[in-house]
Amino acid sequence: MQTGYKTTFWISCAIVLLLLLVPTLGSKYLIDLTTEILIYALFALSLNVLIGYSGNISFGHAAYFAIGGYSCAILLTTYELPLIISMPAAIILSGLAAAFVGYFCVKLTDIYFAMLTLAFGMLVWAVAFKWRAVTGGDDGFVGVNVPAFIDNRYGFFYFTLFVVTVSAALLWLICHSAFGRTLVAVRENRVRAGFVGVNTTRLRHTAFVVAGTFAGIAGSLFAMYNRGVYVESAFWTESGQVLIMALLGGLYSFFGPALGAAVLYTLQVGINQYTEYWPVVLGIILLIILMFLPDGIIGLAQKLRSQFSRKA
Amino acid sequence: MLAIGVEAMSMLSNPTFLFYQFMNSISLGMNLFIIATGLTLILGVLRVINFAHGAFFMFGAYVCWSTVTFLGGAVGSFWLGVVAAAVVLGAMAFVIERGLLRYLYGREHLTQLLFTFAIVLIVGDVAKMIWGTDQYNVPYPHGLGGAVDFGFAKYPSYPLLLCVIGLVVAVGMWLALSKTRWGRIIRAATQDREMLAALGMNVPLVYTGVFVIGSALAGIGGALAAPRVAVSPGMDATIIIECFIIVIIGGLGSLWGSFLGALALGFVTMFGTVIFPDWELVLAYILMLGLLLWRPWGLFGHEEEEPH
Repeated sequence: MQTGYKTTFWISCAIVLLLLLVPTLGSKYLIDLTTEILIYALFALSLNVLIGYSGNISFGHAAYFAIGGYSCAILLTTYELPLIISMPAAIILSGLAAAFVGYFCVKLTDIYFAMLTLAFGMLVWAVAFKWRAVTGGDDGFVGVNVPAFIDNRYGFFYFTLFVVTVSAALLWLICHSAFGRTLVAVRENRVRAGFVGVNTTRLRHTAFVVAGTFAGIAGSLFAMYNRGVYVESAFWTESGQVLIMALLGGLYSFFGPALGAAVLYTLQVGINQYTEYWPVVLGIILLIILMFLPDGIIGLAQKLRSQFSRKA
Repeated sequence: MLAIGVEAMSMLSNPTFLFYQFMNSISLGMNLFIIATGLTLILGVLRVINFAHGAFFMFGAYVCWSTVTFLGGAVGSFWLGVVAAAVVLGAMAFVIERGLLRYLYGREHLTQLLFTFAIVLIVGDVAKMIWGTDQYNVPYPHGLGGAVDFGFAKYPSYPLLLCVIGLVVAVGMWLALSKTRWGRIIRAATQDREMLAALGMNVPLVYTGVFVIGSALAGIGGALAAPRVAVSPGMDATIIIECFIIVIIGGLGSLWGSFLGALALGFVTMFGTVIFPDWELVLAYILMLGLLLWRPWGLFGHEEEEPH
């Protein structure tokens, strides 16, 4: 197991190093695409704490992404606060919102939980949509005041890479701590975990808050990247999309969701050039994963590898 | 804010307006009930939350519009549209259940949930390909454009008829579920599907039947809603949330629970629009939250059984 951790560590370092070199390739398009993928990867990783590690199907995760985005944008622009205050405040607000919503949601389990998270997600969407004075309603909140040092493509790329790397490392530590292990135990069998003395409700609540907080980080990055936040970010299809990213990569592996985000987002950008019917394509991709690739790309790779080694 | 309050108070002290709003609430509630009862039926038997229920509702409204337009708005064309919506959605549901969903019953809930989400994406876009993004209006059916005089006030005929249809559907469903053989089988399927299969019952057929009936109800609900609303893309997203709120309030798989839940949502929406314009949806959530704190499994639901 320890050697496994070491391999993961070195592979991650190699990936971060490679990402550091992306701007040297000189393609502005590639830098933008990588920045967007990094943000979605963090979003998908945060969701996996809730789904992959604790087995709670959230269909309203976009809410915390949007809360992070709106709070960061509003604090930076409307209140003209510096980034060093706005972003942490936005992250804390997302965490608090998740703590409030999670308090109700973890009372329920399984499909009830999924319905309730979706309902709350749409509540956030409805508030963003109607509270025109603060959020800009369906026009979106535009013209975010981004600090000078990240107000250019390169600066923002490195800033995003830094934030996402630190966040992913933190998430990795959380998921592999005693807390993360207990979450897996709760996922596998809630009743037994309860019998050995785990407060399963409180644990699931903590997982909910962790997931919401990190989604808020991704959301605040997204708001600054786009110089705006739009109400679509909170819509339930957005929650569905990030869920598909996580599923495509593989829910039961730590980095699977990040890989899924990269693959799905690249596909989306590619397909949008040819057709406006991305949802149909997404639906078909999803059907294929569900029918044929239940453990995602990582699961498929593992299956192929084990088959290959058996033959050898 | 205060001005709105004063205005709302004066409106609410007007008996005619109060009656009007009261009837509107019931009418909306009954329309919601027809849709939500299909969702709760599927949920109770198949244990699948059908996210596509809203998309089916929207499809039903479009089918009704197309039928009415195709027949040039002839007498009876609206009712033919309602039947067409039920048939089209029933057929779609049959194909989806037999062709795809059936292979996922043994899998995790997450898989089934995401499956219905895939159907949302596909059905929504197919509707866009067929009908575009325009808004359509379906006129009131023939002879129902007027109002009924109650003596002290008048109320439009069509929404009044919706109240009656909702009640008929509720009583009809209740009778079908409690008095007929098939109803007993469906109720048995919600209780213990393995036992039912062991008794020699064709459970897969029950599943197909329930999915088809539930989806046809979404289609009928959409067709009946068509004269009340603008038929347009996006109408699927709001309705599914409303259905979820109703099911959460009423309790999973409960017919009378969804009946009461739908009525409650009808009243909160209609009176909320007057008291807190634009924020009626938030009121619905507060209603739901209050209920969840008191009874997490809904009004008529049962406490969830823990997996062992």
